[in-house]
Amino acid sequence: MAKNICTIAEQRNGELRKITYETVSEARRLADRTGGSVTTILLGGPGIGSKAAGLGAYGADAVIVAEDEALSKYTTDAYCQVIAALVKEKSPSILIMGASSEGKDLSSRLAAALDAGLAMDCTALDLDDNQNLVATRPMYAGKVFAETKFADGCLQMATTRPNVISVAEPDQSRSAAVEKTPVSLDAGSLKTELLDVMADTSGKADLTEAEIIVSGGRGMKDGENFRILEELADVLGATVGASRSAVDAGWRPHRDQVGQTGKVVTPNLYIACGISGSIQHLAGMASSKVIVAINKDPDAPIFQKADYGIVGDLFDYVPVLTEEFKKIKSE
Amino acid sequence: MDIIVCIKQVPDTETQIKIDSAGTDVVKDDIKWIMNPYDEFGVEEALRLKEKHGGSVTVVSVGPKRATEAIRTALAMGADKGMLLNDQAFENGDSFSAAKALAAAIKTLPHSVIFCGQRAIDDDNATAGAALAHYLGIPQVCVVTKVEVASDGASLTATRPVEGGNLLIRAQLPCVLTTQKGLNEPRYASLPGIMKAKKKPLEEKSAGDLGLDPSTVGAAGSKTRIRKLTPPPTRKAGQIVQGETVEEKSAKLVKLLHDEAKVV
Repeated sequence: MAKNICTIAEQRNGELRKITYETVSEARRLADRTGGSVTTILLGGPGIGSKAAGLGAYGADAVIVAEDEALSKYTTDAYCQVIAALVKEKSPSILIMGASSEGKDLSSRLAAALDAGLAMDCTALDLDDNQNLVATRPMYAGKVFAETKFADGCLQMATTRPNVISVAEPDQSRSAAVEKTPVSLDAGSLKTELLDVMADTSGKADLTEAEIIVSGGRGMKDGENFRILEELADVLGATVGASRSAVDAGWRPHRDQVGQTGKVVTPNLYIACGISGSIQHLAGMASSKVIVAINKDPDAPIFQKADYGIVGDLFDYVPVLTEEFKKIKSE
Repeated sequence: MDIIVCIKQVPDTETQIKIDSAGTDVVKDDIKWIMNPYDEFGVEEALRLKEKHGGSVTVVSVGPKRATEAIRTALAMGADKGMLLNDQAFENGDSFSAAKALAAAIKTLPHSVIFCGQRAIDDDNATAGAALAHYLGIPQVCVVTKVEVASDGASLTATRPVEGGNLLIRAQLPCVLTTQKGLNEPRYASLPGIMKAKKKPLEEKSAGDLGLDPSTVGAAGSKTRIRKLTPPPTRKAGQIVQGETVEEKSAKLVKLLHDEAKVV
């Protein structure tokens, strides 16, 4: 029997986020093997429906749109209520969404509400011989990977880590059937309220979504010195991260921490400056595509993981590298 | 205010993970066990809320006998009493079946704020808090870095970092909060605290005590299971960039990243 797949789109301020295209692309690849269809559920404020048809080019066969002022910004209660009802109605075999902050919050509650199985923060999805989902996810911050199977007959849910699923080349000859669905929210069941959104105005991507990360550790010696990493990051369009010791020293805020008790990251390029490479830090960044380490100590464990290493003082190298990157960027 | 903190005992972050011979679990002998670091923020915040608003702090954990050590740690920090949900029926479950057990226990206790770590650093699921909130039929605010309970005790506001900013959310009580680094600096257990903790009440409950059907919890109640564990893809040490001067080595590295690795 063909197994149908649903995905949940993610939007912010009326714009679809990259993770939406990642999950639709992955659902299409799987659906081509199951012979089933891909339906994307898109919630948002009035006008969000205009974004729906475009998802066809990435592989959605149908997009169900729920437009309502109350859905313009994500809240757990409202989104869970609307999406749970739509998923029940469509009764897909597989449901895929992003492991973003929103996706983690929603997927956990949704899985409980739908009595589904959930594999969180997956780095790969596959199907077994019976077309059941096999989800691969890191545990212990990436010290081990687990292939996860689902119990018979339950809805199989997976969230995918941002940046690990490739977005399909859009095929403009494909279009999705757009279906608008009426929204009726039970106001009495809404027990949370979004009071304020305090936007980060730095313009930098969050570490979990960043394509390039420049990270500093104990070798930075002081919070002030992170300025040179910021300058390098500006040239590369990168986000600045930090090791636990740099965060615990108060040089950087907690949200910048990469590692087992911080963020687990998957950028294309990770530049570790003055980071020796504790087991906890390595676990958090080892899935980066390319790792560069700059460290004075040639025996630092980070060099065992790095694709490219420079043995030397980061204070000598970072400013020169910044200039070199500037040159190559302007070519 | 009656505050509940759900905690999990996990392997210390220093632990080198080894896969067992069956390939479906990690080797758990000779592991140093600790309280999940994210749960410590929950214990600390609960103690601060109690100091400000009065009430009690109860620590609940699902786990084998050894998990009492983690509960005692929380009691030594200042929590009032502990409850361990210990039953073979709870073993090898996913985080949803653990949340079901926690929900059954918490239903027997007065509760207005419930803390869970935003994720456990062993299975990295980040699901138990929201699932617990659903099973209790109450709201959740996940991954919080600031909490203020309203003076009338009917609601709270919490700050939740997301990609590109922070959200300020108001939730009606009772409510589940999952805690993130940055919320506070957890206190250490003092020596008198450790002595006192030994005398604090710590109950054990089985599935039967909580009126739970064993087929709905633990491995039997889980909707997911691990088919196979594999070590992470190996990363070999790459090349150390050689050269005479800082300028030469820097230029070489940038060229390698551009021409060979093609990441800039």
